[in-house]
Amino acid sequence: MRSMKRSVISFFVLGLLSMGALAQNDASQQNKTGRAGTFAIVGAKIVTVSGAVIENGTVVIQNGKITAVGAGSSIPSGAERIDGKGLSVYPGMIDSSTGMGLSEIGQGVNASVDIAEIAGNNANAKAITAVNPHSSHINVTRVNGITTAMSAPIGGVIAGQGAIINLNGSTQAEMAVEPTVALVINFPRVAQGGGFGGFGGGFGGGPQVDFNELAKRRDTAVEELKKTFTAALNHGKAMDAYAKDKTLPMVATNLVYEAMIPYVRGEKPIVFTAERARDIKAVAKFVADMKIKGIIVGGQEAWKATDELKKNNIPVIFTNIYSLPVRDDDPYDSLFDVPSKLQAAGVKFAISTGDVGAEARDLPYHAGLAGAHGLSPEEALKSVTLYPAQILGVADRLGSIEVGKMANVVVTDGDILDPRTNIKHMFINGRMIPLTSRHTELFDSFKDRK
Amino acid sequence: MKRVFTLFAFLMVLTAFAASLTAQSRGEVLIKNATVMTAVRGTLEGTDILIRDGKIVRIGKGLTAAAGAVTFDATGKYVTPGIIDAHSHTMLSAINEGSLAVTSMTDVKEMLDPTDITIYRALAGGVTSALLLHGSANPIGGQSATVKFKWGRPAADYIIPDAPPGIKFALGENVKRSSQTQTQPGQTFRYPRTRMGTMEVIRDAFRRARDYKQAWDDFRAKKTKIPPRVDEELQPLVEVIEGKRLVHCHGYRSDEHLNILKIAEEFGFRIGTLQHALEAYKIAPEVAKHGAGASIFADSWSYKLEAYDNTPYNAYMLWKAGVVVSINSDSDERMRRLNLDAAKTMKYGGVPEEEALKMITLNPAKQLGIDKRTGSIEQGKDGDIVIWNMHPFSPYSHPEVTMIEGEVFFDIGRDKLNRQVLAKEREELEKLEVNRAPGSGGTPPARPAERRVAERDEADRGEIGGNNQ
Repeated sequence: MRSMKRSVISFFVLGLLSMGALAQNDASQQNKTGRAGTFAIVGAKIVTVSGAVIENGTVVIQNGKITAVGAGSSIPSGAERIDGKGLSVYPGMIDSSTGMGLSEIGQGVNASVDIAEIAGNNANAKAITAVNPHSSHINVTRVNGITTAMSAPIGGVIAGQGAIINLNGSTQAEMAVEPTVALVINFPRVAQGGGFGGFGGGFGGGPQVDFNELAKRRDTAVEELKKTFTAALNHGKAMDAYAKDKTLPMVATNLVYEAMIPYVRGEKPIVFTAERARDIKAVAKFVADMKIKGIIVGGQEAWKATDELKKNNIPVIFTNIYSLPVRDDDPYDSLFDVPSKLQAAGVKFAISTGDVGAEARDLPYHAGLAGAHGLSPEEALKSVTLYPAQILGVADRLGSIEVGKMANVVVTDGDILDPRTNIKHMFINGRMIPLTSRHTELFDSFKDRK
Repeated sequence: MKRVFTLFAFLMVLTAFAASLTAQSRGEVLIKNATVMTAVRGTLEGTDILIRDGKIVRIGKGLTAAAGAVTFDATGKYVTPGIIDAHSHTMLSAINEGSLAVTSMTDVKEMLDPTDITIYRALAGGVTSALLLHGSANPIGGQSATVKFKWGRPAADYIIPDAPPGIKFALGENVKRSSQTQTQPGQTFRYPRTRMGTMEVIRDAFRRARDYKQAWDDFRAKKTKIPPRVDEELQPLVEVIEGKRLVHCHGYRSDEHLNILKIAEEFGFRIGTLQHALEAYKIAPEVAKHGAGASIFADSWSYKLEAYDNTPYNAYMLWKAGVVVSINSDSDERMRRLNLDAAKTMKYGGVPEEEALKMITLNPAKQLGIDKRTGSIEQGKDGDIVIWNMHPFSPYSHPEVTMIEGEVFFDIGRDKLNRQVLAKEREELEKLEVNRAPGSGGTPPARPAERRVAERDEADRGEIGGNNQ
């Protein structure tokens, strides 16, 4: 058990004995939030992502923002100069489907796990209220060039609301870029037993059920979901009406429905977990029927449903680069090649680790592997920077090196997707971040032991 | 009947075609003009490799081969030794005989599945050899298998004949957790449950093995008249004491790995590898002094409490202390990208490029005792070779050809051709009555095997106990 996919963690949580609490972090890494200032990275290769690469340029960071980008940018007086010779400047990478800060040790330490609420409808559960700002996963991830993540819950049918967080800050508020960015729904799927995500599919279990029967069960579950949506819409209408006219009966408090209102009204996106083509198509129909904004997360067979996805403007957050092909007779490179297929078909996509947190630092290598299997290196880079920002509606602030954007900036000595590349400097929200982590500390503690 | 015959004929054709894809003559293979990363004598530009009857016979420039030799133009491409994964459960469908604390009588070689598709996927990731291990449910597990991934061959052909035998030991959480699973009503928990008990179980087994060896030695020296009863449990442990069987010891915390080194020293043998060894960096000088290898993950951590103190600098610190380090996968999925895991060691601490490559080639070969025949590109060694589209540490790299003893077991071009054959086969099969589409009547189709769980050591997931999987 190494990398723990978000979709299966609840399985562990349910099956294990609690071992009680323990220290989840190192005090010495806490409150290491860097320092604010005016910085000028001079003479570097600037990989803007949104535009052309600038071979020898300057990036200025001031008041938390990128204030100048270009070959001839002037440097404000008093700016701290960083020699960028031989270095490259990238926007911070964004891992768009994680459980960052919600689960420190998934197996055996139940007390450190807050990722799955127990109700069927957990719409009012907000990741931002459970993200541990002092989780070691955060400092370990960011020193690999990942400045931002969506952290989201996974339990029940309606799992709760994800947050976009910067991987820096001593409080949840300091970390939040968008505290409630999307609602996560584990879309009902046609499947033989097991949890969602296909886990347990190959382990026998109960007698086989006829496919039509399974499809019927899925349809019933989708109808239930539609009823819940309608109830939330009605709740919203009643609340609005009461707000205008206090002579109307007061609406009974229902935090779950209340939380759903912006999502069922199509004001904010809903992230649907779905892997199989038939389930992805069902999501597309649901999105059209309910007139909402949808995003697929997972997306193993999204390439088989590109028409439906495009027609309904549904992007895909692909989390299956580190997954084996599903069937024995699938080609060895299936899943590695899905991003390139989505790109060719014109479906908007991002690549994410889909990891609970500890392995999110591998995000660049997920993108790199897609690059080894058909995706161009430029598109691979976009899939972990600009594309996730666009999909999650924060491209006005994140995802590229552009004037006016939040200064989430990474300076490297090579291709940011290459495992040999070192991060030389990094900035989150304009603060220069120390390149230390739980892992550099353990290294420093033991490297000279004789 | 006719339909069955047609299918049979089709399958025969398919088999013949598939055979033509993989079989290679035992004659000569020539790789031309490659950038060769030898894993022992640096990187050679514009270099040819000549393989004859499975062995590398020449490395140099402007080599020629006999008529009929298979030639690969590797201009612009990189060549490395085949990757060796020193911790895998591929080909094994059940790995934990966890009902007893000591199951040295069991052997994973009894259950090798040569049709496991994972083998082919590993070849496509450049892996040619692996150590297939029993699970980690009990302090002394079963015997292991050291194999080459000769896809398409019967299981017996996979086993490397002159590889020293091995056995799995395990310490820590998985052993503890496996004790807590009550398998049948009325059955008691299996001992041990603590790290204290784990060490005592191992010490007790070796005391008994030493007594058993003594009994046989006495009998052979004619000091006693009646031969001792043959003991399948203790015999492999005697081989361990005699240095004829390698111990691969799963563990995480540095204290328990240090304790197993002490037990080994007490009984006069050397531990072959510390497996996982996420905290081995804390005891690097002791590990180096003992002479154990470390077979580790590049960077996995935090998936359980005893994995919380890992650091990706582990490989560097161990290497620096003089320990033979290998990077393993323990995963059907991760096995396909060990090249990138090796590359990470260059970043974390600064392992030099060739040393990083060794961690997935020559070093695991040393740990498994097969370095005389494989693990590097040297004259006289097996032609276990990978041709890459670019530098194997680049994120955009992938193997194009993987060969074992000069025989091609993965070829990216042939793979694409083979897809057409498979598509045709699928089409034919789907026409059969038993395979009619779901919901269209007929017999329900068999449930497909969705191998989504890449890691097969269920003791890692707390699923061990009784007959599960």
